[in-house]
Amino acid sequence: MPDSTSLRGWGRTAPTTAKVLVPRSPDDVSAAIKTAGPRGVIARGLGRSYGDPAQNAGGTVLDMTGLATIHSIDAETGIVDLDAGVSLDTLMRAALPYGLWVPVLPGTRQVTIGGAIGADIHGKNHHTKGSFGNHVRSLDLATADGSVRRLTPDGPDSELFWATVGGMGLTGVVVRATVALHRTESAYFVVDTDRTADLDELMSLLTDGSDDTYGYSAAWFDTTTTGAQLGRAVLTRGSLATVDQLPAKLRSDPLKFDAPQLLAFPDVFPSGLANRYTLRAFSELWYRKAPRRQRGSIQNITAFYQVLDLFGDWNRVYGSRGFLQYQFLVPFGEEPTFRRIVEKIAASPHASGLNVLKRFGEGNQAPLSFPQPGWTITVDFPIARGLHRLCEELDELVLGAGGRFYLAKESRVSAATFRAGYPRFDEWRKVRDAVDPEGVFASDMSRRLELTK
Amino acid sequence: MIDAVGNPQSILLLGGTSEIGLAVVEAFAGDRPLRVVLAARPSDRLDAARARLEARGCAVELLPFDAESLDTHADVVRKAFTGGDIDVAVVAFGLLGDNEQAWTDVSYAARLAQVNYTAAVTVGVALAERMREQGHGSIVAFSSVAGERARRSNFVYGSTKAGLDAFYSGLTEALRPHGVTVTVVRPGFVHTRMTEGMRPTPLATTPEAVAATTVDAVRKRRELIWTPAAWRFVMSALRHLPRAVFRRLPI
Repeated sequence: MPDSTSLRGWGRTAPTTAKVLVPRSPDDVSAAIKTAGPRGVIARGLGRSYGDPAQNAGGTVLDMTGLATIHSIDAETGIVDLDAGVSLDTLMRAALPYGLWVPVLPGTRQVTIGGAIGADIHGKNHHTKGSFGNHVRSLDLATADGSVRRLTPDGPDSELFWATVGGMGLTGVVVRATVALHRTESAYFVVDTDRTADLDELMSLLTDGSDDTYGYSAAWFDTTTTGAQLGRAVLTRGSLATVDQLPAKLRSDPLKFDAPQLLAFPDVFPSGLANRYTLRAFSELWYRKAPRRQRGSIQNITAFYQVLDLFGDWNRVYGSRGFLQYQFLVPFGEEPTFRRIVEKIAASPHASGLNVLKRFGEGNQAPLSFPQPGWTITVDFPIARGLHRLCEELDELVLGAGGRFYLAKESRVSAATFRAGYPRFDEWRKVRDAVDPEGVFASDMSRRLELTK
Repeated sequence: MIDAVGNPQSILLLGGTSEIGLAVVEAFAGDRPLRVVLAARPSDRLDAARARLEARGCAVELLPFDAESLDTHADVVRKAFTGGDIDVAVVAFGLLGDNEQAWTDVSYAARLAQVNYTAAVTVGVALAERMREQGHGSIVAFSSVAGERARRSNFVYGSTKAGLDAFYSGLTEALRPHGVTVTVVRPGFVHTRMTEGMRPTPLATTPEAVAATTVDAVRKRRELIWTPAAWRFVMSALRHLPRAVFRRLPI
């Protein structure tokens, strides 16, 4: 049948086919929901989730990028009213001329508003600004009965609002939202960099209280080195620059958005090119190129924040077999667990090049929202034989430490392992089942992790 | 659903007492216990297989299935899918038979052809329909190197496997646009009940070894494998031998 399209996540694993529709209005969305077949429907944005939450094998997938109008930006209040298919990149370019900044930015700007809400995404400023849902003032949700409801964080439907934040599209389809942006004088960051010799030095820098003086903070760490260099890292922390902090030549246009895409990778890389040897070389280079200690460097968003947005389709480097991103959270006090995990990865035949450590602040009230006070760690593994066993061992350490996994990245844990990290799952499930008793909303992820009936 | 590292959540084994088939199920279960549907005629061996899989943490369902009752196959497959999606379906039933009887006895030959070829086609068609509806999944069909070039000593069996092989190779292409992978597996001599008492050929292997390569192939979504892999080159050479030479070989 020509109307089935193969879909997979950013990790390029586990493809399945679905009928893809491109709604152009909320009415189109409602119509698609009402006519959904027995395999149900799920919304998809720009496909940046690593696993399978935006796939629906044998069912309908709504490509939301056709619903992408910014209806208004209020320069006074900073409130923007926009469709769910607008990307953060588009929003940022539209808002900056007003001196407004998107409050939560993940590692890529190629994320839709609907996706940002569904995964309750976070960025390097979680410890100061929380996750995306904290900044949503209202959202319009197309529900299983075909109606569109306006939900607010503290209105009569607040339960459904918070079940939708982090709910991975399983409560309905977000069609429109209002989001509170915040003010900035410039689109540049003032950045401090510290290169640490090992993991201990990194942890002490992150816990000496200095972290709270920066709006944004995250560290890259090495998982290919062992012994005295175990977990050596590059910590970059910064805050949005004021005009006064900018060098003279940038002051004339402080809100200039300077984020080009240098190149897009063709789909020619063999699986296995990203291996322990090339990733070790990459890690060495990445570590060496960072300054040992640098203060007050002025950097644009690409340099400081979203390096990977310089490259289109960078996931192709992992070849056709793809990769998985393993992101978890362990509470404060579980630093030894984090250390054991880094040791385990370094000692295994599997290697990861893109590793991020970030300190989270307070979580929000959404039952399935990932961030909570603690450490979040992200590593990328190319798919290879034996990876399952390593990940299962890591799962055990994470759960033993009272940790959890992030659904936007998740592609392989068992249903029981996922649930063990989310004690409020049943609460979410109750709200979900009430708004969608027939189970119209379904995804490969919801089947795999038994999130719905 | 099959996850990012290739773990299925459910598996259907048609030929629920097949040693190779059960070895495949156990190889998957060794990494993560899963829901198993064993389709076979009721027997003590089937009950034992169930117990062994349950001890590994699998949830096992038994489904009566008779390869010779062709008109029940659509219904058997439909029932297999009532408990939810089937991520991997393994077609592992078959008879080896006695070649001398098979090429001289009409009803014996018909039975061999019916079980090994016709039944494989009828379950294949029924599986294809369900897998297409669910938009994902993997079908594994056990062919044989015997189907690649008919030998005097084994040609009736070989001809049924040649037919099965051609059908599932074509099904691979037909199902590809629907997100379903078909893996055709061509083992050589495998030490099982079926080959008990026979003289092993070179490259003889075990059900466990066949299962390990099969599981790896399903995880990589490969469409055709030989096991052991060396058979690919051996058969490639044998296929091209002139008949006059081929018939003189001691095989």
